[in-house]
Amino acid sequence: MADPVLQLADVNVYYGAVHALRGVSLRVDEGEVVTLIGGNGAGKTTTLATACGLLRPRSGTVTYRGRDLAGVPTHKLVAQGLVMAPEGRGIFPNLTVEENLMLGAYSRRDKAGVAADLRRGFELFPRLAERRKQRGGTLSGGEQQMLSIARALMARPRLLLLDEPSLGLAPLVTQAIFATIDRINKEGVTILLVEQNANMALRHSHRAYVIETGEIQFSGPSAELRTDPRVKAAYLGEG
Amino acid sequence: MLRTAGILAAGLAAAFALNLLVANAIPPYPALVINLCGISIILAVSLNVINGLTGQFSLGHAGFMAIGAYVSAYFTTTLRYFDPEAARYISQAPLLDGLWGFPLALMAGGIAAAVAGLVVGIPTLRLKGDYLAIATLGFGEIVTILLANFRQVGGTKGLTSIPGHADTFWIYGAASVCITFSLFFQRSTFGRALIAIRENELAAEVMGIGAARMKVIAFIYGAFFAGIAGGLFAHLMLSISPANFGFMKSVEVVVMLVLGGLGSMTGAVVGAVILTILPEALRDIEREVNLSGLRMALYALILILLMLFRPQGIFGQRELSLKLLRRLVPGRRKESP
Repeated sequence: MADPVLQLADVNVYYGAVHALRGVSLRVDEGEVVTLIGGNGAGKTTTLATACGLLRPRSGTVTYRGRDLAGVPTHKLVAQGLVMAPEGRGIFPNLTVEENLMLGAYSRRDKAGVAADLRRGFELFPRLAERRKQRGGTLSGGEQQMLSIARALMARPRLLLLDEPSLGLAPLVTQAIFATIDRINKEGVTILLVEQNANMALRHSHRAYVIETGEIQFSGPSAELRTDPRVKAAYLGEG
Repeated sequence: MLRTAGILAAGLAAAFALNLLVANAIPPYPALVINLCGISIILAVSLNVINGLTGQFSLGHAGFMAIGAYVSAYFTTTLRYFDPEAARYISQAPLLDGLWGFPLALMAGGIAAAVAGLVVGIPTLRLKGDYLAIATLGFGEIVTILLANFRQVGGTKGLTSIPGHADTFWIYGAASVCITFSLFFQRSTFGRALIAIRENELAAEVMGIGAARMKVIAFIYGAFFAGIAGGLFAHLMLSISPANFGFMKSVEVVVMLVLGGLGSMTGAVVGAVILTILPEALRDIEREVNLSGLRMALYALILILLMLFRPQGIFGQRELSLKLLRRLVPGRRKESP
């Protein structure tokens, strides 16, 4: 089997004395959408931050395309295609939509390509095109989320880490965001998606991991997990 | 690029004209205030790159100013001796005599301050907010205490009989260079990256911006111009002592920024001019009503009122555009008081 795009092997992360991730192992293969679901404080965002080098594991390894990421700073990973879209509040509130997007292309030097991707971003999210001169902080929650994703796409990611794209959004907006995630994936971007909204996440992913109190409980193809009684009871509000 | 060169040329021309005016038509005291305004502008604009653009709250600007002042004054005083035959001071380093002596001394001061910025910046810029403010405050205090304890630079008495090289042209010329570079900085990709760090450091990092390195570069840049301002200050006042560069000086520069609007270069210039002129202008009122101490009370009151009614500062984060400027004050530069 080919090397996975991203692999976490027995990762332990601490916040001071708090043991936040307990031996987390997961893998994301080329072309997949993998989702990590779990409740508040389960360690979802911590896993994502560890995957992109913002947090350092005390033990265990993170490998991206066969390379150990120990000691590689986050900002150097962007040029290699590992890009995170922080949840909606992670935009630059006092910069315009366009300036936000241009900062997404910070690591790139190909001006023509950047201009083309900017047009593509506006085509993907027409709302952003209407608001291109508006300050990011004045956008609605859903628009800020779109901006965060569009900005991450400006870096031409090969692996996109998405942190709770549906957080605090109305159901219709959530559907639109997930439709876009499908589309981005079909265009060849591998995605690791962290979500509280298990229902949506399982519908729009190939495989899923369930995390609780810093430990992976179980994993499997998303279609199977949707009918798994444990998932139904805990996350889908059924059973 | 052309625009940058235009701003610089206009600034230098204005400095030249202002120098002619000050030298020929303005009495010594107002002339001194005008010159001090120029030095304040350099301090405020350079600190704005650190505190305003990058959002790193530094309270140590006077420390860098002190380093620049002492190093440049050391070059122009201690490295000279009095030659009775020529009946004047002659530099032991021939390069420091004549036309290039002063700018070289200034550059030495600026570079020394920049090196200090690098040394201080690498460990302290890992800190955020209040912690960074306290660390940089500590740095400023260390500088003045060290200077007060070095006999080679005069101890608490400081350095005296510094040659009066800093005229209005030098001061406003340096201010023009500082403003031009800072504006260029602000508009460049580099400046955008600094603003991104201010807005959201984590997001900047995941966009590929190496925040740690950027912050240190901004810090070095600010320290360099603070050093230049210190050098100009020394060669304007003719004597310096550690007391000139205490904690209050750093606070004063921060207040200039907050008053003008943190993050706005125009605001930094206006804040610097207002806060330099205000205490002097209030001196006259104090004399009129014969109530000593009124000056500082009024000064404080004005600041409190401004913050009550315009907490974002005079300009907020906006800039006075050249187009607007041309319409408002034809033919004049914004840093001319």
